[in-house]
Amino acid sequence: MALLEVDQLRTYYKTLRGYVKAVDGVSFSVDKQEALGLAGESGCGKTTVALSILRILPSNGEIVGGRVVLDSIDITKIDEEEMRENVRWKKISIVFQGAMNALNPVYSVGDQIVEAIRLHEPEVSKKEALERAMKLLELVGVDPSRVNSYPHEFSGGMRQRAMIAMALASNPSILIADEPATALDVIVAAQVLRLLKELKSKLGLGMILITHDLSIIAELCEKTAIMYAGKIVEYGDVVSIFKNPLHPYTQGLMSSFPSVRAKERMRLISIPGFPPNLLNPPKGCRFHPRCKFAMEMCRDKEPAFIDVGGKHYVACHLIK
Amino acid sequence: MSEKLIVVENLKKWFPVRMGFFKTLLTRKTLFVRAVDGVSFNIKKGEIFGLAGESGSGKTTTGKVLIKLLEPTDGKIFFEGKDITFLKEKMVKPLRRKMQIIFQDPYESLNPFMTVRDILQEPLTINNIIGDEAEERIYKALEDVKLTPPEEFLLRYPHELSGGQRQRVAFARAMVLDPQFVVADEPVSMLDVSIRAEILNLIVELRDERNVAFLYITHDLALARHICDRIAVMYLGKIVEMGDVEQVILNSMHPYTEALISAVPVPDPTSKRIEVQVKGEIPSPINPPSGCRFHTRCPAFIGEVCKVKEPVLVEVEKGHFVACHKYG
Repeated sequence: MALLEVDQLRTYYKTLRGYVKAVDGVSFSVDKQEALGLAGESGCGKTTVALSILRILPSNGEIVGGRVVLDSIDITKIDEEEMRENVRWKKISIVFQGAMNALNPVYSVGDQIVEAIRLHEPEVSKKEALERAMKLLELVGVDPSRVNSYPHEFSGGMRQRAMIAMALASNPSILIADEPATALDVIVAAQVLRLLKELKSKLGLGMILITHDLSIIAELCEKTAIMYAGKIVEYGDVVSIFKNPLHPYTQGLMSSFPSVRAKERMRLISIPGFPPNLLNPPKGCRFHPRCKFAMEMCRDKEPAFIDVGGKHYVACHLIK
Repeated sequence: MSEKLIVVENLKKWFPVRMGFFKTLLTRKTLFVRAVDGVSFNIKKGEIFGLAGESGSGKTTTGKVLIKLLEPTDGKIFFEGKDITFLKEKMVKPLRRKMQIIFQDPYESLNPFMTVRDILQEPLTINNIIGDEAEERIYKALEDVKLTPPEEFLLRYPHELSGGQRQRVAFARAMVLDPQFVVADEPVSMLDVSIRAEILNLIVELRDERNVAFLYITHDLALARHICDRIAVMYLGKIVEMGDVEQVILNSMHPYTEALISAVPVPDPTSKRIEVQVKGEIPSPINPPSGCRFHTRCPAFIGEVCKVKEPVLVEVEKGHFVACHKYG
């Protein structure tokens, strides 16, 4: 039994022009001490998946179908109170994109971590909570004596670490990281990614890593799910997918990601066109207007997931 | 191609730090942010020259000083052999036809109230190019950046275009005056991964067809490697390593370059990269470390000399320069 199982999740946003089908039938699972990389372009629904799991969607967003199973309970069905008391932060927590600005500038970093601890575990005394905050800071590689510093006294990398510390405040079993390294400089980003990797094995965390950068997934994750226009197009073992990408979209993404250590310089290849409007996604395979292998069938019939062996699944009519 | 278009010698750009009234009275010396602190390089005709480094290393400032958007503090800039370092504003104007810039964010750099035609027309009107010639240039610029057919785009407003198309309009605007030198400041960092390659290939194509030289400012060495001819790595306002892109990336010599390259994740789950670990983050350019500016974070620190003496760029192999005491 997987730690977290997402099954046919569908999340729509209600707008004046109709429903935006941001997530439309997404399934995956995450195990203990396993990282799943959720990749795709902006607007493909990656972040909405994360928000749906935690049920912190904006007011016009709604989970219209599917299940999110955690400890054999479907957490899309439980009431809000229970969600807040037992799931968020205790079981699943999240580190948001652009953590530089996610901290409150008028409270010290320690106070903010203490707040997170005491909110979820009111029985803990302030003193105890502060001690825990210091331990957490140490865990993420920030000098614990900086517990009373304010966010502006921290560098970008330290702020991101503090955010991770805060996410770990109530010992969650799953950590969702939404573009954890995007706003950081290369060297600092590498440090933060190394930290996430260490935490995963040290604490046995299940991790969902949302990113547009395939190389980060290659480094950090065991599994990956490639999303396009609200759907997963390819899913499974990271080595298998990177060595043998089967979906034309995955292939396109990979060839627009050059390696700094490639044998020789290459001409970059891009995917023509741009992602569809999710108010009215294309019929059939959603990638067909941009796909160079598109056939008649792709226009009408939606491809189903096919198991190609080696824990590798792909949704494309090309694969039989 | 070997003709030098731009020569930069010991260029400096210091920004004075603003202080409160009392602090000004109490402090004798004005403090400066030494954004660019003595860089020298040259860019040949039709060359794509990369400038890489972390944020705060002075890449963008260098670009802006080169095209005279900022007044340099010291040093010399030669464009086509002419000294343009301290040209008067009046004299700069004709020069601007030959040097253009493309900014990072195409969502901010285009005026939302202007159609694509207006955006492309403006630089021509300023330079007294009107009538048929202007029309022709607008069409050609749009075709060159692959916004075809041009008629379809002329009357659109920026909000009717996707991010990639906007950046193409920014490229067309830069190209419409037929410049010889274009500064491209992180032109793809705001764009989606799948369209990055298109824009980068566009740079290469424009260079091939029009023989335009580019200064490509970036923090992404993986992309830089695949489009630049030569590259310089900056750290705290100084160039630490410079050379052909293959030399610098495959045979990097400066510990900072090594760290920067090893920090780039590789899109291959089976590759085990050896990471050169660097402590901390880039120090403040107001009071940069003495000696070698990288010594506070350097994994290859060799001793007192790094703290005291500033290393100079030395040629370690043909065309490959490194500023490190290891190669002194």
